[in-house]
Amino acid sequence: MYTQALDSPEAAAADERESERLERFQARIDRDEKIEPKDWMPEAYRQTLLRQIAQHAHSEIVGMLPEGNWITRAPSLRRKVVLIAKVQDEGGHGMYLYSAAETLGVSRGELIEQLLSGRAKYSSIFNYPTLTWADIGAIGWLVDGAAIMNQIPLCRCSYGPYARAMVRICKEESFHQRQGYEIMLTLSRGSAAQRAMAQDALDRWWWPSLMMFGPSDAHSVHTAQSMRWKIKRFSNDELRQKFIDVTVPQAEFLGLAVPDPDLRWDESAEHYVPGPIDWSEFHAVLKGEGPCNRERLEARRAAHGAGRWVREAAAAFAEKHREPPHAAPAG
Amino acid sequence: MSAASESVRPEPSAEDRFEYVLRLADTSLIAGQRLAELLGHGPALEEDLALGNLSLDLIGQARLLLALAGRIEGRGRDEDALAFLRDAPDFRNVTLAEQPNGDFGATIVRQCLLDAWQLESYQCLTGSSDRELADIAHKAVKECRYHWRFSAGWLARLGDGTEESHARVRTALESLWRFTDELLTPDALDARMAVCGIGPAPALIRERWETRVATALAQAKLERPAHQHYPWHGKRGVHTEYLGHLLAEMQCVPRAYPGATW
Repeated sequence: MYTQALDSPEAAAADERESERLERFQARIDRDEKIEPKDWMPEAYRQTLLRQIAQHAHSEIVGMLPEGNWITRAPSLRRKVVLIAKVQDEGGHGMYLYSAAETLGVSRGELIEQLLSGRAKYSSIFNYPTLTWADIGAIGWLVDGAAIMNQIPLCRCSYGPYARAMVRICKEESFHQRQGYEIMLTLSRGSAAQRAMAQDALDRWWWPSLMMFGPSDAHSVHTAQSMRWKIKRFSNDELRQKFIDVTVPQAEFLGLAVPDPDLRWDESAEHYVPGPIDWSEFHAVLKGEGPCNRERLEARRAAHGAGRWVREAAAAFAEKHREPPHAAPAG
Repeated sequence: MSAASESVRPEPSAEDRFEYVLRLADTSLIAGQRLAELLGHGPALEEDLALGNLSLDLIGQARLLLALAGRIEGRGRDEDALAFLRDAPDFRNVTLAEQPNGDFGATIVRQCLLDAWQLESYQCLTGSSDRELADIAHKAVKECRYHWRFSAGWLARLGDGTEESHARVRTALESLWRFTDELLTPDALDARMAVCGIGPAPALIRERWETRVATALAQAKLERPAHQHYPWHGKRGVHTEYLGHLLAEMQCVPRAYPGATW
């Protein structure tokens, strides 16, 4: 349709207006102004944000499952309440993020439908299993630690509703990261069996955590445009490096070995240099071939399916008890 | 709180106090553990978070009460020793609390019947002659008010929602009703605690529970099931088969690593 119209003078004028609008939009971004829901924005900006916020929301919701797996088996009542509160926070993050996504014109219901039908993605990290209690520590320490690295720059994202949601989310994530590290610290100062449990968890979660930052910059298709729009502030590799530099000394403090025989400290660059990441695993998990992809989606579908009659009942009840418009109090 | 005046109240034995506090503690703990199973699997995100809140409150109550029970007992058992290292026959929760979640309707019916009992019990216990118990009750009663609002609100939506939802909660109500007998049938310990001014007069709890539940059932367009005699009481350690499974899951880690700190 668009290309057909190119020949007409009206279309040429429209095209010019469009490019002016784009320039003005980019100028606002460059001035660090926040873009708000009712402001004009290029369709590609809206779509990029919608994809990213929805993926983020879905990740929070699916992310409740691997940790929820240990709520009933948490080894002390204190650990149990902290874990319940943490998983609940994740549900809350999902709610703010679905609300932020809704400001871009798609309802929560539609977004959830996309998740359940397998069309929408969520973070691949949640397709790994939680096999021992130490995994709850490792998730808090590494997975939430990596999430914070990714998310702190999003508090300055150009889209207002997303940036504001991220401020609150980051505060809670930082608490999650600390509780995870504290679990690891307790285990690493515990019995030989507990130390072995902690090491095993680090062995299994280290590489998937590094992959959470996404493909290397050379292979990241969205990075350049997202950085121009200030949706993204740092590249995948920059954030991954920052995470490694912060986390390796933490592992040393725990007395645990990072499972990377090639890991070395580069004195001149003042960075840790990791060995090569096995991207074939990343792509396999992304394609649905991870250890728990099937289980995670099935669990979400089961909850949604089992809740259908409940949602229908709530809607029917609300309909029966709706106040007629004339019953509203006057004045 | 009881009719007996301060001066003639008998002193309760430590065994009685321990046993009585455990009934409250274990009921909150087991109900909280049941609700915790649901986190991430609720019918909608809002309900997921609300069920998590209920669970957090209940386990929070259990922690305070178990710690109190441990102090009364004086054998050095803390909240975790009492939660994780006792066997099913040593648990004193009411049987209703350990019933499985079933569908959301069954969860709501169980919670509603239990919330009404906890709310009325804690309301009375705010006036307990046991100061520590009264303090815990002051905190718990606020939480139980919210729990009741949640469960009674959902009972109304489900009971007066669709044909399917009505049928589901009616079935759950019929099946769970027998466990309410325990809530309203005092035993010798309940009677002794009432005389001491520690626990409420059992007749008062029955009357208030009946009124509260009758109102909720009416709003939900549900009929009160016929009385079902059920004398196997969890508060005396006689449980259903479900408790053993719940405890096997809940206690597995501390029991696999004796003496470890978590």
